[in-house]
Amino acid sequence: MSDRNGGKPVITGVGTGPDTSASPSDSTAGEAAVYGYFPGCELRTRSTALDSSARQACRALRVELREMKDWTCCGGLAPQVRDDYAGLLAPTRVLVEARAQGYEELVTLCAYCFNTLKRAHFMLEHNADARRHVTAFLELGELRPARVLHLLEVLRDRVGIERIEQAVNSPLHGLKVAPYYGCLLLRPAQEIGLDDPEDPSVLEELLGALGCDVTAFQAKSDCCGSYHIVTDPESVARCADTVLDAVAEAEAAVVVTSCPVCQFNLDWRGSLAGNGRTPVVYFTQLLALALGEPIEQLGFDESALAALALLPAPRSSDERSQEER
Amino acid sequence: MSLLLTPGTKDDLTREVADLCEQNLYACYQCGKCSATCPLSFAMGILPHQVLRLLQLGHGERLVASQAPWVCVGCMSCAALCPKGLDLSRIMEALRTVRMRRLESPLRTTQRDGKWLATLPQSAVVAAMRKVSR
Repeated sequence: MSDRNGGKPVITGVGTGPDTSASPSDSTAGEAAVYGYFPGCELRTRSTALDSSARQACRALRVELREMKDWTCCGGLAPQVRDDYAGLLAPTRVLVEARAQGYEELVTLCAYCFNTLKRAHFMLEHNADARRHVTAFLELGELRPARVLHLLEVLRDRVGIERIEQAVNSPLHGLKVAPYYGCLLLRPAQEIGLDDPEDPSVLEELLGALGCDVTAFQAKSDCCGSYHIVTDPESVARCADTVLDAVAEAEAAVVVTSCPVCQFNLDWRGSLAGNGRTPVVYFTQLLALALGEPIEQLGFDESALAALALLPAPRSSDERSQEER
Repeated sequence: MSLLLTPGTKDDLTREVADLCEQNLYACYQCGKCSATCPLSFAMGILPHQVLRLLQLGHGERLVASQAPWVCVGCMSCAALCPKGLDLSRIMEALRTVRMRRLESPLRTTQRDGKWLATLPQSAVVAAMRKVSR
């Protein structure tokens, strides 16, 4: 690993080979753990709140998301047929470039980018034909892709839910949330490996640590309709209604997601319903808020701000320490 | 779905699809969990378990001309539930691929309304272009 990683990486793990410079995470040393970061197009255009709130939250947790230079498109979605090698070129280029810039691991947030990059990495590792074709096409001497992590994995497995809970200084007590995963964050489980594909729990763990009242939300891994918002919004409306009905049944005040397309589809459908619109926010926004970041800097929309305004005022640390959790 | 079985159906296409998606299409025993969980089954016309049955019986051409592969958005809910470990989203993509490699038109296209498109998440636009256009 090159100097650009600051000499204090927390990088371990398995996959493309040993990381000789890895050292254990040392949160007390005061230096931030550095990860390569791939924001992707959506976080540069419509979902800037996901990007900025993630950076703010990470800063508070002493995690530095260092954006890789000159990143290119992840490819949109991974190819799913054996010989669609061209579909692997875009994600491979990103992974190889990240590694060349010194990042053993690349953190993403957008579920599309995460799914595409992670599946491409899996295919490069397990499909010799694909590896050979892609290596030849990109004119690479050696194919060395970075590994792919979702920020949720960094928070759960590297920072630790317990440490996050300790860092929370404005707990979101009384905020009833419906954690919504969607598809691409979870499936296919054997390639993505982030959580149980049908009954995941990482968002529940995280939101619980922030003090939220996490509802048992039945539709949490259902599909929102995904890219059919571009081809067939009617179908998306039906998918989104299934999810929003479950939100209403759970009586949640906000839906929490990590995927910009889920966020759009649910919010779009909810806005058509008029009254009773449930805001759809990113987990990073609530994380940053609970870590004490100013609410007006976190990119919440009006409906979310209205829901959050109903929260009880933050209590002093004395009061909090007396509270029985 | 009614299906008239006639002698002489060809399974070349079934083999082509199986090769593209790298799945054993004959593993399916028609439990129907895929169709039960599919969030887009209302628009499929031919349901996911019926897609597999048609392939097994050598009637893939009917699928190449059908909406079902284009309706599948690849959420992989079916794959998470299949007791035989089949991933229908791969099979659907193989069927789309067969059609597009014959240079026939995709059966779904992006909306034409530029104003609407401009409001959509860029990742969804890129994904749709990747999956439903050639």
